[in-house]
Amino acid sequence: MDIDLSAQNVTKVFEEFTAVDNVSFEVENGRFFSILGPSGCGKTTLLRMIAGLTEPTKGRIEIRGENMIGISPNKRPVNLIFQHLALFPMMDVGENIAFGLQRRGEGRETIKRKVSAILDSVDLSGFDKKKIEQLSGGQQQRVAIARCLVLEPTVLLLDEPLGALDLKLREQMKVELKKLQAKIGTTFVYITHDQSEAMVMSDYVAVMHNGKFEQIDTPQNLYNKPQTPFVAQFVGDNNIWSGKIRKAEGLSAEIETDDGSVFKTKVDKALKPGLEVNLFLRPEAMVIEPDKCIEDLNRFEVIVKSILFDGANSRLLANPVNANTEILIALPQNRQYDYIQINDKIEIGWNKKSGICFKKNED
Amino acid sequence: MKTEIKKQFRWGLLFFLTPVLLWLILLIVLPQIDLFVMSFRSENDAGEMVWSITNYLNFFHEPIYWLTFVRTATYSILVAFFTFVIALPVAFYITKVVKPRFQGSLTLLLLLPFWVSEMVRVYGWMILLRESGVINHFLLKLGLMTEPIEMLYRDSTMILGLVYTSMLFMVVPLISVLDSLDDSLIEAAYDLGANMWSILFKIIIPHATPGIVSGSIVVFMLTLGNYLTPNLMGGKNSLWFTEQIYNQFIASFNWNQGSAFGFLLLFLSSLVIWIGLKLSRQTLSKVVQ
Amino acid sequence: MIRSLPQSKGYAIGFKLYVLAYFTFLFAPLLVTCILAFNDSQFPSLPWKGFTLGWFTANLPERVGIFHDQINLDSIWISIQTAFFVTLLSVFVGTCAAFLFEQEDFRLRQLLYFLMLAPLVIPGVILGISILMFSTTLGIYFEEKWNLDVGLFRPGFWLVVLGQFSFISTLVTLVVSARLKKFDRTLEEAAMNLGANRFEVIWHITLKYLRPAIIAAGAVAFLMSFENFNTTLFLVGSEATLPINLYLQVRDGSTPVINAISFLLIVGTSMAALVNLYFSKKEV
Repeated sequence: MDIDLSAQNVTKVFEEFTAVDNVSFEVENGRFFSILGPSGCGKTTLLRMIAGLTEPTKGRIEIRGENMIGISPNKRPVNLIFQHLALFPMMDVGENIAFGLQRRGEGRETIKRKVSAILDSVDLSGFDKKKIEQLSGGQQQRVAIARCLVLEPTVLLLDEPLGALDLKLREQMKVELKKLQAKIGTTFVYITHDQSEAMVMSDYVAVMHNGKFEQIDTPQNLYNKPQTPFVAQFVGDNNIWSGKIRKAEGLSAEIETDDGSVFKTKVDKALKPGLEVNLFLRPEAMVIEPDKCIEDLNRFEVIVKSILFDGANSRLLANPVNANTEILIALPQNRQYDYIQINDKIEIGWNKKSGICFKKNED
Repeated sequence: MKTEIKKQFRWGLLFFLTPVLLWLILLIVLPQIDLFVMSFRSENDAGEMVWSITNYLNFFHEPIYWLTFVRTATYSILVAFFTFVIALPVAFYITKVVKPRFQGSLTLLLLLPFWVSEMVRVYGWMILLRESGVINHFLLKLGLMTEPIEMLYRDSTMILGLVYTSMLFMVVPLISVLDSLDDSLIEAAYDLGANMWSILFKIIIPHATPGIVSGSIVVFMLTLGNYLTPNLMGGKNSLWFTEQIYNQFIASFNWNQGSAFGFLLLFLSSLVIWIGLKLSRQTLSKVVQ
Repeated sequence: MIRSLPQSKGYAIGFKLYVLAYFTFLFAPLLVTCILAFNDSQFPSLPWKGFTLGWFTANLPERVGIFHDQINLDSIWISIQTAFFVTLLSVFVGTCAAFLFEQEDFRLRQLLYFLMLAPLVIPGVILGISILMFSTTLGIYFEEKWNLDVGLFRPGFWLVVLGQFSFISTLVTLVVSARLKKFDRTLEEAAMNLGANRFEVIWHITLKYLRPAIIAAGAVAFLMSFENFNTTLFLVGSEATLPINLYLQVRDGSTPVINAISFLLIVGTSMAALVNLYFSKKEV
């Protein structure tokens, strides 16, 4: 497949502060690529460098093999959807969309045809004479997308465009954006701090932290096989135990946690006994009151402290017996566990394949 | 982030900078320097132009000059004070007392007279106050007086005229600063047992200080530099310093002496503004907004 | 004390009376001026001798109405021309200055900003004499050096325009800057991202956004110029502007024709003020 966008060793230093630190990646044609990271991790700076609004201190940015360094933003085949959309309030919808075409000097008729075609494809036919402030948040979103797509950019950049929407609309727009991208086939580079946005929409996600890429992978792999403690913590919820390796044997190990439990778990690489480690375990990896006959489970007892009801995402907050560690346990809402009360003592079990182990201080 | 985009567009800077530089250098900086330089030139006994401080010495030797100077400064301070005292209750009424729906139209009404030329406003006062004026006419009609009196050409009328002329520049900052005073502060003070005067001096005036300072500075400066109102309402003996400058320039044609006076006036106004800003711990750029 | 608190009757009435007195003080001179423009008398004073439009329309030996008063009409025309050029120049330069101080970064920016504010602090009279002196200095220099007689350097129409422009530009700068400060610069980035160059960005986006402020600043500039007296006084040549002309007439005794002019000015400026206010309210 063709590479639409490639960045090599891109670095941006602001005075003393390194915002983007030696980042390299490639995005294939037609992909939905997300950059996920907490605020201040440098993702916006990276996006602005791709758009040409900021020049990198070092490194190369190529679009379809062409070097973009030194090319001003109005000459780059990329378009950016701004965080707050930046629709021009002094123009109506049609004028907003026609703006880029006019700058290219396209003919009046062509512009008219293209504007109405793109409005059709974002389901806003007949909206061209509306004022921006007359539109709902979701409609403005679509105008912003149409304004960029009408220019047929090689890469469309999106800077947290869903951040300003309310929850319901955001869920809806996630699906819409994904469908739209599949329909038109333009390469999307999407940045967000919301992991659910990144996971739902993307083919590939890069997790960014302190100016560096921690891992570039499919959403499934990020969730199931995080390669760094940061990814394990940042993507999805995780329980963390700190502890020591007691016994190690190839890719399986026995860990004694600081609160006194002993768990068996698989490890990615052989670890020496005595090594201090962090053990990560997803809430849904734990089973409440597992069947006695299932073997190969780590079993321990906890005392329920609180029931956090949140529909399909309900959890139990519990302490292991004789310890203060707080752990979250998924609470499936299939009525099977309705009997659980606060201060109950229950047994928890988890498969040793579910645990993920990292050497301590790796982050 | 900004700077790098800029580098590619330095011609934009040039485009904006050129007219601004032309304006400021040709019309502000060089003329002021010229004024300063010329004030140190004067004719010697042989009729040649030489460097000297004669012009400044004249100022101190002739009591009429420096007395006028002091008088102008004192009256300007008085005018600023009167303007403040008269404007504060009005600004307070509009922002805090009157029903909100009248607020807009009252403010509009308040500003309207100041869109009209100062010349017209002064003329209005003249036909009200002069010997054959409207006020005299009514006072005679009502039998309160037997003889008409000349109310123009007195210091008090001149001050009245100056207060009237400058009112806008006090009312507007006062309204905007009182508007930002939270009503609940006054309510809280009232609730805690304060009376009207303690609320005025402990709550309102401290909060309004930035507005009072900027209003006073502008009023002072405009009064100091006013020529029209003192000249027409104060009559021939108004002895306003701008009149001395005018006389030197237009009547005596002694431009060097006039420049020295001009420079002294500029110095005085800058000094008072500087002191005002220092005392209230404000900056010029903040005051003009 | 304030509207939300209970207040005594005396306080309420006293306050109302004070404000009433203040507004009387504010409007009395203007009102009297307007009324006396219609008095059928040779002097702008009472008693009332009946209503007449003579001071507007008459063309008699003893009474020349404003519409036939060539000197005053000329001065009005000169004032309009002056104000037109001052507005044009100051809006252009003031807008440039607003862009310069809000969007550009350069050394000595602070110093230049301070200089830009200076005309606010310099009394108008001083501005007038300093520009008069400097232009004369330049005039003498040009004449001695190249034997050139440059009309611009002598008191007259263009010197008045420049003198008024020198401080009105500051006001325009402040008005336009205030709006430019609120401008969301991502709009400019968005336009650039859609393929516009710097010139197109300013023309299609920023100036469109600034338009209400520029119109308002232009209106203020026009009025300020039309009414200016202190600076103009020293720079005026043989073509007197309206305020100067009125001043000379009032100083040497007046006729109700001045009331007629004042009436027109009051009505005209009030309308302009209302229109301006309407526009600035509409586009906040």
